[in-house]
Amino acid sequence: MIESPTIAPPQASMPRVLRRGMAANPLLTVGGALVLLIVLVAIFAPLIAPFPGDAGTATHPFEVLKPPSTAHWFGTDQVGRDILSRVLFGARVSPVIAIIVLAIASLIGVPLGLAAGFLGGWVDELIMRVTDVFLAFPPLLLALALAAVLPASLTSLTIAIAAVWWPWYVRLIRGQAASVAGRPYVEACRALGVSRLRIIFRHILPNSITPVLVQVSLDVGGVILTASALSFLGLGAQDPVPDWGLMVSAGQSYFTPDWWLVTFAGLAILLTAFAFNLLGDGLRDLLDPKRSFLP
Amino acid sequence: MTGLGRLAISDLQISFGSRQVVSIDDLRLDHAEILGLAGESGSGKSMTALAILGLAHTVGATVTGSIALDGQELTGLPQESLRDFRGRRIAAIFQSPSTAFNPVYRVGTIVTKALRLHGATKSEASDRAAAAMRQVLLSPDLMRRYPSQLSGGQLQRVAIALAVALRAEILLADEPTSALDVTVQAEVLDLLRELRESIGMSILFISHDLAVVAELCDRVAVMRQGLILEQGPASRVLSAPAHPYTAELLESVPKLASAT
Amino acid sequence: MLVFVARRIALAIVVIVGVIVVTFMVAHVVPGDPAATWAGPHASAAQIARARTFLGLDRPLAAQLIVYLGGIATGDWGTSIHTHRSVLSDLMTAAPASLELVIAALVLAIIVGIPIGLVSARRPGRPADQLIRAGSIVGISMPIFWMALILQLLFSQRLKWLPAAGEYSSGLLFSHPLVKRTGFPVIDSLLGGNLPMLGSTLTHLILPAIVVAAYPAGLITRMVRAQVLDVIGDTHILNARALGFGERQIFSRFAMKLAWTPVAAAIALVFGYSLVNTFLVEFIFDWPGLGSYAAASISTLDTPAILGVTLFVAVAYVVANLVVDVVQAAIDPRIRFR
Repeated sequence: MIESPTIAPPQASMPRVLRRGMAANPLLTVGGALVLLIVLVAIFAPLIAPFPGDAGTATHPFEVLKPPSTAHWFGTDQVGRDILSRVLFGARVSPVIAIIVLAIASLIGVPLGLAAGFLGGWVDELIMRVTDVFLAFPPLLLALALAAVLPASLTSLTIAIAAVWWPWYVRLIRGQAASVAGRPYVEACRALGVSRLRIIFRHILPNSITPVLVQVSLDVGGVILTASALSFLGLGAQDPVPDWGLMVSAGQSYFTPDWWLVTFAGLAILLTAFAFNLLGDGLRDLLDPKRSFLP
Repeated sequence: MTGLGRLAISDLQISFGSRQVVSIDDLRLDHAEILGLAGESGSGKSMTALAILGLAHTVGATVTGSIALDGQELTGLPQESLRDFRGRRIAAIFQSPSTAFNPVYRVGTIVTKALRLHGATKSEASDRAAAAMRQVLLSPDLMRRYPSQLSGGQLQRVAIALAVALRAEILLADEPTSALDVTVQAEVLDLLRELRESIGMSILFISHDLAVVAELCDRVAVMRQGLILEQGPASRVLSAPAHPYTAELLESVPKLASAT
Repeated sequence: MLVFVARRIALAIVVIVGVIVVTFMVAHVVPGDPAATWAGPHASAAQIARARTFLGLDRPLAAQLIVYLGGIATGDWGTSIHTHRSVLSDLMTAAPASLELVIAALVLAIIVGIPIGLVSARRPGRPADQLIRAGSIVGISMPIFWMALILQLLFSQRLKWLPAAGEYSSGLLFSHPLVKRTGFPVIDSLLGGNLPMLGSTLTHLILPAIVVAAYPAGLITRMVRAQVLDVIGDTHILNARALGFGERQIFSRFAMKLAWTPVAAAIALVFGYSLVNTFLVEFIFDWPGLGSYAAASISTLDTPAILGVTLFVAVAYVVANLVVDVVQAAIDPRIRFR
């Protein structure tokens, strides 16, 4: 009905294609760049940090609570450790936890969702009711309860958050799997006697996986925030792990007037979550143009 | 309403950036006339309708040339002024009636809102709305329904009722029957003819379906790739086409022998 | 419509029962001996044993669960091992503070988020839009506890514009006593015509509310933008334009009405999320709500209290979702007839 303009095809040259891609998708570009930066910091922390030992058990009783200076850009904490170094090493903690959590959550959630969506019937009902119950809890609450119950450590933290996160993936992939399962070619496969397992892995899974990938990239930021919140409450990382949430919590009592104890660590959390959210958004725009619910 | 509803289009050019999609030298719609604008999809018919409404910019197109309603120039007018014309003097109905109404509003609400927008008081609006519904042979009770509760034919009638209630001089009908069943289609066409007879509404009937055009229209303009290839009385154009393209189009239409 | 509501309520009840069961399971993994805590630090072994029987802890887990379920239904949510008061009454005392905070935050988020989202949608791709999008992503990436500390430092300590902690200035209690009617300080001071107290409660509410509002505001802005852009190309919008409606009305009325459905769903989702977020900021702002209660229960391993808080929040969440479902159906007729 309404004519859409045709755009002349671009000359296919690598830099031009790249530039067009980057201009078309600024979120992805900026997000990707920031995430890359964070990953590099995490990998090369021992080389970049001015006082790598401070990320561990080193203490310097004579350097306690020093404000930011040329020697210590971010100042020192209550046992004299260089905050810049600890913040840099912190990049190794949060993102890694997030990845592990999401890996576990997908490994549990995806098969359950596939089963529910494809097999339908009572299997679907059962899985979805259980999932609904877990989804009835706001994520942080259940993670809090679990983390409070387990001995405080990074491992407990990871388990607690993963236990809370998997239901979302079940629901997500179930919807996709159910709609793919209803398509004619899947019917044909069934009629031909193809084994159900094969159908699931060859046909249902590849066609339902995109929203999960998008959701994972969007979730990294959320998991990082949840993990740092739990560490802040003392339920996750313990000293001397250079976890950002823990650093904010530890710095609280000295917060005024020693503002640097809390500011930089928290800023790192904000920046990292921001970077991953940008990246997730960009990926979502790229892979899933017809998004359904939460942006 | 006497002598109103005359549209004069000259040197109209619609472009997307540097790419020109419509170039019309001369196209006229007279009072109480049904002019068919026929052509394949992509020929620029719908863009022309958008341009007449002054809404071409909403899809990113630029318009130059002259579009005059009853002697008054429309191109170049600011949007605030154009809004007075829309609905009130130039009304439009579109192809897919089921999507033409906002699904979360009752259809009657849209009608009364539009009437009040153009100056009617609350009671005037509901009276005129009810009267218009009756004129398109629908019960005013249907105004309380949501679009999902009405059929395509009914919705198209409500769309026409909107034009009637607003007392528009011109109706731009963009493929209004293409999404409807043949029997419903006939009813809508009857209705359009009736409106022309009773209130002297001029109609620009856009369609790719030459059979329908032949049945309804007084004059026909054939459009292709943004250009008007020929225009004239329907009886003449459709029986003795001057342009080879028109002849091609006619050949692809079955049972045209009964059209006059 | 009634059928819809009835079905939703039934579903909500089923889910709540499930929630109770799960919470019960989790709480009973708690290490430590509740009976010992109840009996007190100087109790003898015999007293602890008696406490165990009294608390019903010697019965099998399933039996305890049934008793607990029965209790919930009749309003007996157990007795706090720490305070020795009814958990429900403890919750009722603590809840209004948290709810007040969450509601204030959500109201703030809606007031800010929707217009900004609309601005963003009206000029997509332009500088204002890019800025707003970046800002909303900052909102959803913000570590709440950090934001609380920073704002407190900035606005209370350094600039001295706003109070640092508490629901109101306790000094005012002498000159202008607050009569507790609903438990919500803002409402109570309004009802009592207690203007100085009202002013105090409002200024104390500002900082915590802004902190808790950051995430919902970011979320709502993004949702509004996405949903409005989604429908703006639809025929009915073209129709509205063709009828002569102005752009402002098209965005804020016609497009927005369609956007309400998913936005309302997001608000329900974020209600529970925000309620738990308040837990993080309550002790930073000395806010006597559920968070402080939960923290105390966790540190004293007060099982019934922990159970109670978790249950309360989860139920509030389910109810919020229910309310939103019903409101959605009222606005959008398509949902009713699904």
